[in-house]
Formats: sequence, structure tokens, C-alpha cells
Amino acid sequence: MIEEVMTEAVTTEPALVDVGALRVEFRTRAGWFRAVDDVGFRLSPGRTMAVLGESGSGKSATARAMLGVLPATQSRVTAGHIRVDGRDLLSLSEVERRKVRGADVAMVFQDALSALNPVLPVWFQVSEGCRRREGLSRRQARERAVDLLDQVGIPDAGLRSGDFPHQFSGGMRQRVMIAMALSGNPRVLVADEPTTALDVTIQAQILDLLHRLQEERRMSLLLITHDMGVVAQVADDVTVMYAGKVVEQGTADVVLRRPAHPYTRALMRSVPRPEQKGRQLPVIPGSPPDLGALPPGCAFRPRCPGAGHDCHRPPDLVEVGPGHLARCHLVSERGDDERAAH
Amino acid sequence: MSALHTEPGRDVVLAARGVSKEYTVGPRLLGTRQRVRAVDHVDLTVHARETLGVVGESGSGKSTLAAMLVGDERPTSGEIELLGRPLHHHSSRELRRARRDIQLVRQDPYTSLDPRMTIETIVREPLDCNPDLVPRGRRRAVVHELLELVGLNPDHADRYPHQFSGGQRQRVGIARALALSPRILVCDEPVSALDLSVQAQVVNLLERLGQELDLACVFIAHDISVVHHVADRIAVMYLGRIVEQADHSDLLVRARHPYTTALLAAVPDPDRGSASGREQIVLRSEIPSPLDPPSGCHFRTRCWKAEERCAEEQPLLESAPYGRGHIAACHFPLPPRD
Repeated sequence: MIEEVMTEAVTTEPALVDVGALRVEFRTRAGWFRAVDDVGFRLSPGRTMAVLGESGSGKSATARAMLGVLPATQSRVTAGHIRVDGRDLLSLSEVERRKVRGADVAMVFQDALSALNPVLPVWFQVSEGCRRREGLSRRQARERAVDLLDQVGIPDAGLRSGDFPHQFSGGMRQRVMIAMALSGNPRVLVADEPTTALDVTIQAQILDLLHRLQEERRMSLLLITHDMGVVAQVADDVTVMYAGKVVEQGTADVVLRRPAHPYTRALMRSVPRPEQKGRQLPVIPGSPPDLGALPPGCAFRPRCPGAGHDCHRPPDLVEVGPGHLARCHLVSERGDDERAAH
Repeated sequence: MSALHTEPGRDVVLAARGVSKEYTVGPRLLGTRQRVRAVDHVDLTVHARETLGVVGESGSGKSTLAAMLVGDERPTSGEIELLGRPLHHHSSRELRRARRDIQLVRQDPYTSLDPRMTIETIVREPLDCNPDLVPRGRRRAVVHELLELVGLNPDHADRYPHQFSGGQRQRVGIARALALSPRILVCDEPVSALDLSVQAQVVNLLERLGQELDLACVFIAHDISVVHHVADRIAVMYLGRIVEQADHSDLLVRARHPYTTALLAAVPDPDRGSASGREQIVLRSEIPSPLDPPSGCHFRTRCWKAEERCAEEQPLLESAPYGRGHIAACHFPLPPRD
């Protein structure tokens, strides 16, 4: 019953972003390997999709592919589409792509200190996109930058706009990055671990800010994160990635409350909770996989408690409930009722 | 007033009394050098086989405190006592000897291990530096025992750090810290650089080692849910001061300091919508610069309960009405929630 209501919310609005069958490869000494393999998701205006994964899951490569900012000689997109409003970004020339970047899709990076230019005042960096796109004068550009800095909650934005990145705290730098991303009025904001480097009280402020801006501007937000708590707080939908593939996808309520894939279930259990005090935390044995040496079949098999003979052939991403997908032989065999009992 | 929490009948293995650390910062030439008090009159006690959690955000002074506890930094004032003897009055040779009993596990296993040393050399180094502990001929065997103890394959002893994953590297760091059979481990953010699926492994390992080896532990982290899981008692730091200290369960349900409640509320709840009953508190502004800390209560600039008195008078750590070693430094402490 609950699920029916949830999926309705997903499908009432047409997707603004439609990513499908995306494959990104990276070059290593041993040759090309797939960092992102057959990844797809849809995102409606005003909704937040969290992409959850550990290191090497391909979540950041997916984000960078959306912006077209993958390292040029070290990586390539070899399959799939990234459609924003029906237009496939991957079919655009680099010149056309540049027009889209910032205006249709903008990005907030994890580490604001290395993403900002240390020798330029922040107003100059925040307004750089506007100056190019709209041909603003220096004075107009500065006014625009101050307005944007004010919107993201920088106190005394007028005075502080002339400061350099190192003069801001980590949380304030992240706000500068967000102001910069907003300068082109993007319809989709991709935020790659925007709060990972921040303290929890500052993280709460930044998540609040992103949520407010998203509502005001009806932006779609694609939030890349490794933090289950952040997902629970802000996401409408969740895509869980493991070893470059989507292993589970659905509304946040369903994925977090009734996770289907053994990986998602184990991740949920391994978060320390007050009631587990005095007990061993349930662990996932082993380490995140090496993409250059993936086991045949299901990539999670070596760490999976329930792995069986079937898991030596690759599982497909199948529907396990309305609007709820999982890539696991064990789940697709089991009935939904049994899963609900977990 | 002594804010020390001691329990009769239990050995105190580590005690800090009024410990402060000041650094001088700024350009040397222009006479604008300022003093920063990174740690401000901190009192702590750790009993045998007890884990004391220390929570704080960046700038709270928790890493400086860790460095002083293990003898890497000398306090500007105050005293640290290790197994009943003052740590910093020693000559350097005595200090080195005393430090065998207290060892540090660092945050980042990627940068804290020398990439050109094998795992065996890394774990063996403390034994080579303290040659009277284990005879040379037995050291290799001890290293192998240590690797097994932390869940690593001793056959991999001649590998290099880059051949290991983050979680395995943190195990190497723990094995090295255990080489001298310390009585106390100081863990400074031991799991925050690790992937979530690996964090639980390392947390469990530290808990198991604590029990098997009768270790006391100071567990320092910014993540209050991890600290709550491992700690018997928890101290909350803000801008160099301890603002609250309590038994782990009291801190969670009876937090008295507004900062502690804000910290608890800021941890996003992975069990979305479950009846946690936690209110959402988003603190305004950020942690002030330690160069120019607010007068009175350091937290008052972000506190929703602050009044004039908070700016004029520094609140002292006082016992909660029901005792149990629960202390908080606030003029307007929150009532216990039941």
C-alpha cells in the first residue's frame, strides 16, 4: 500500500534528467576498466536523488560524466545517454556542452579549497559564468555576485565578496561554491559529497541551505554521498552503487526502511545506533573491490553472507517491488513478503 | 573545584589536571603575534580498562589534547599523570620510557605509514627503538603475533602499505601501537577516513582488543554515534574546553549542555522517520576563531539560551543534580528529558 503511494509521486512529473546505460571507462597501466557500468536513473524537477556508494563505486565518475568534466586523456564515456529535458548531452560538441554547463547542469565539489582559485577574490569567481554568458560589466558582475553570496547565507556579503577563498571557513567556502553553481540558474544541481569535509553542525546548515534553494528554484538535486544519514535526511529517491553498477534503486522510504540488496541491508546495519551499545557492530567482511580485478558474476559475492552458486553469473537489475529495483539473484528469487519480514 | 571524576576502588591510569596548551601564531617580524589557547584547563581521568570518548568538532582542541596525552606536546600549564607519575617532568629518556605505556593510533592510515617500509618493519620499529623489551631474535615472531592479533595475515608481513586497503592499513597502525604492550591507547579519529563498511570492522577490533588486552582507551572523534558505541564515558569539547562529561547513556538522554544537544541533533538519523523523537536544531553561525574566543561561555554566540550572564561569567563544570559523575558547564542547563 505504502509503495503504491510512493511510486505515484515518482511518476507524476516527467523526468527532467534521464540517464541510461551509462558506461565510463578509466585508463590504468593494465588497460581500460569500467568505473561506471550500465548506470541509469531519472530525476524530476524539485526532487533529490541521492547516489550512495563507497570509494570505487563509480558515484563521483557518474557525477563528473553529467557535467562533462571527466579527466580527458584518462577516461572516456563509451555508452549510454545523459538527457536533460530530452537533449542528450553526450551528443553535443564541446562548444555546445560548455553552454549547457552551468546553465542546465551545475556542480558543487567536495573540497571547496582546491576547487576555488586561491588568487582571485570570490566575487570574481562566483560571477565568472554570468560575465561570460550575459556579458555583464565588472560592476554588474560584482553586484550579481554579492546577491548570490547573500542568497547562500554569507553574512556581510558585500564586504566579504572581495575576500579570497583562504579567508573563509570550510562551511563558508562551501557556500561560495554553491553560489557559484547557482550563478547560471541551473535546473539540475550535482553535489559531490558537499558536506563530507565539514563538521556535523555545519553539515546541517549546508543541507538546510541546499534544500531551501532547491525548493525556491525547483531545481533537481543529484547528491553524491557515502553517508546513510545524509541520504535519510534529504533524499526523495536513492540509487545505491557498488563496483560501478547500480545495485538498488527506489524511493528513500522504501530503500532505507526495506532494503532489498544484501549490500544495502548490511550498510544499514553497520551504522552504530544507541541500542547496539555493548554489542559488536554487524560488519561487512572484506574491503570495497578493486575495479581492475572484479570477481566474475556479482561483484558483491565475496562479501555477501548469502552468496550461492547462482551468484557466479552476473545478476540483472530487476523490479522487486513497485518502483523498487535490485540487482541480486537472492532477492529476485525470494517473494516480496519474505523480504518484508527482514 | 575539582571536576575530576574518580571512582573509588578503580585504578586511575591516566589523569589530566588543568591542562592547557597555547600556541603563538602570526608573523614573527611585525610584532602582531597572538596567542591561541588550543586547550583550556582540561581535567580528565581514565580508569583501567575504561574507554573515555572525546567528541568535538574541528577547532575544539581534541587533537592537541591527544598529542599532549601521548607526550608529543608539552602542556603550557597543568599536569598529566600516567600510571601515577607525572608525564612531562621526565628527562627525554625517561619520557621515552614512560611513553611505552601510552600509544597513539592516528587518523589517516594513508599518510601515517611510511610507504617505503614493509609492514613488518613498520610494526617492528617500536621494538627496535626499545631494544630491552624483546630480544632481537624474537622480534620477528612478536610482529607476526601482532599482525594475527589485529586480523592480518602474517604471511603478508613483507608487503608494503600500498598493497593494503584503508581498513587493513588502519590495522597495521593498531598493530604498531600495540607493539610495546601499552596500558592505554589514544585513538585520534581512528575510523573517520575509512569507508562505512570498513568502519564497523575497525570499531569492533578496537573493542575486542580493549577487552583481551585489558587496555584503557581514549577514543577521540567528531562522530558522536561512533563515540557513543565504544565509550563508557564521554567528554564533549568546544573551543578548547570540556563543556560536558557524562556516562554514555546519560549523555544521550540527559544532555544538559545546549551544545551537546545540538551535536546530537545534527547527526542525521539513518532510520528515516523512525520514532527517534529528536528535534532538529540547526545552530546559527560557526565555531568562532580560537584567536578571539567569545567572553564568558565560549558557546554563547551560537546558543539559543544565551543571556547577558553568559557573556560576563565563564560557567564552570558543575555536577548534575542526580550526580553519577555527570558534569556540565552551563548557566542555564537543560532539564533532563524523561
